[in-house]
Amino acid sequence: MSGYLTGVLVVLAFNVMAAYAVYLPMAAGQLNLGIAGFMAVGAYAAAYLTNEMMWPMWMAIPIGSAAAGLVGILIGIPVLRTHGIYLALATFALGQVIAAIFLNLEVVGGAAGYPVTEFASPYVVFAAAIGVTLFMVLLSRTRYALYLTAVKSDPTVADLMGISVRGIQVSAFALGAAVAGFGGAFYAHHYNFIEAQHFSVLLSVYTVLYVLFGGTQTVWGPLVGAAFFTLVPELLRASEQWRYALFAMFIIVFMALRPQGLITASLFRIFRRRPKAAAGTEAQGKGASA
Amino acid sequence: MLTQQIINGLMLGAIYMLVAVAFTLAIGVLNFLNFSIPGLFMLGGVATFGFLKMGWPFLLAAAGALFIAALVSLLVERLAYRRMKEGDADVPLVSSLGFLVLLENLVLIRYGSDQQAFPALFPDMNLRVGGLVIGIVQLVSMAISLGLVAWLSWFLRTTNAGRRIRTVAENRETAMLMGINIERLVPQLFVCSALLAALAGLLFAINYQQVTPFMGEGIGFKAVAAMIIGGMGSIWGAVIGGLLIGLAEVLSVSFIGADVVNITVYGLLLVILILRPQGLLGRPPAREKL
Repeated sequence: MSGYLTGVLVVLAFNVMAAYAVYLPMAAGQLNLGIAGFMAVGAYAAAYLTNEMMWPMWMAIPIGSAAAGLVGILIGIPVLRTHGIYLALATFALGQVIAAIFLNLEVVGGAAGYPVTEFASPYVVFAAAIGVTLFMVLLSRTRYALYLTAVKSDPTVADLMGISVRGIQVSAFALGAAVAGFGGAFYAHHYNFIEAQHFSVLLSVYTVLYVLFGGTQTVWGPLVGAAFFTLVPELLRASEQWRYALFAMFIIVFMALRPQGLITASLFRIFRRRPKAAAGTEAQGKGASA
Repeated sequence: MLTQQIINGLMLGAIYMLVAVAFTLAIGVLNFLNFSIPGLFMLGGVATFGFLKMGWPFLLAAAGALFIAALVSLLVERLAYRRMKEGDADVPLVSSLGFLVLLENLVLIRYGSDQQAFPALFPDMNLRVGGLVIGIVQLVSMAISLGLVAWLSWFLRTTNAGRRIRTVAENRETAMLMGINIERLVPQLFVCSALLAALAGLLFAINYQQVTPFMGEGIGFKAVAAMIIGGMGSIWGAVIGGLLIGLAEVLSVSFIGADVVNITVYGLLLVILILRPQGLLGRPPAREKL
């Protein structure tokens, strides 16, 4: 694998992890515009542990991720009292505050940035991204994903059905934060340098863009969206200056033509052959068990 | 010293105020967090700069810039907002962000990423009152901002057109049943909000004598914070929020340091969102936004 290709794929891996961190709360109806802040928590916590505490990387990264998740729980409880656009803007403010705190934290280098000694090879990063994707796919097969959809579609009905709406909301928010922290911790150890300025609003906003572009109806949307946003600008390199302008134009036209995102549930129905036969076997299975 | 800083803060706050009113019009009436507004703000400054460079007289250049901003805003309405009814509510957010990226990169292609010096249009006159220095240009632009906002508030409260706008804000369906032509009203509102944002950008360029392709981002995001702090959808809330944010920013720069600006500004936003989500002057949300 050439150095260039490896570089692009590593960026893709980080974008996929970030996209799933946005996707999980969004599946519960929360628009998180502060995901970069949680990435920063994971990145700085893990880097601090390997740098100052001499922890091995494989222990520091999960702890970094857990730290981001913990911040997610602590902040999620008060912040999730708001919803809709208020929640989106609260997370937006939160991301800004977290980045600004790290910018002023001299223990981790402050504005000068923070070098990280341990190195995570590209293959480790790929494995992490594949792991996050598999985890999300597995999660989408569980009842938990169903609860998320229920809470997103109608919190009142979900509440009546006996689902703990607050619990599901906080857990989705915190789990998304933990995934973001996980990606951030790998980011710190792959590039061996982190600075607070990297974890900006634009990083959060672009990540949300990947997810909405890919589509939120299925678990594959974020993956496709992240891949598209990482790879297509690389292909457009031919016209260096116009790259982002063309790309932005494309986003606008695409969202006007297909507002539900690239990958939708109905798209899978088209590709799934003989749906009736599949339904038939399912019914048989149910009959047998009864 | 403190009084001088308070004056500077209020001057900066007047710019935030105009942009916050632009946001509040889009959100209060149309329920649309229009992220292209920072782009229109930038366009107001940069397009005036471009026209001046072509040798146009100031008033013509300013009018040209406002006209361009209004045209772009109509495009945003057509391509981003109209699609809202069909798809996910987050879609117009994504496309309006696409417009922000597009505008920034088009300006980048034309003028480069460097900061451009905006010509000093008016002789540098200052009022000196008991040791305080007040720029006449700043004073005039603050008067223009406040006057415009006061007029807008009067317009919304007393005129027939204002009553129509408030009806749409209250309830879209009912407004339609009452025979209000929403198809015509919405583009007018988009133009109005674009003119406010572009005028703010123009005033910013005149006061601080600089333009860059990315000048809209920081100001735009702080204006969103100002809008929420004051109360979403409330014009006088946006005024108070804008002035508060301007004060908080200037005071924390001069007394603590430039790096803590984001902590104070967005920390204030976060606290308000948790304690009083409807903002200082806002009514509690009667319905879900976004």
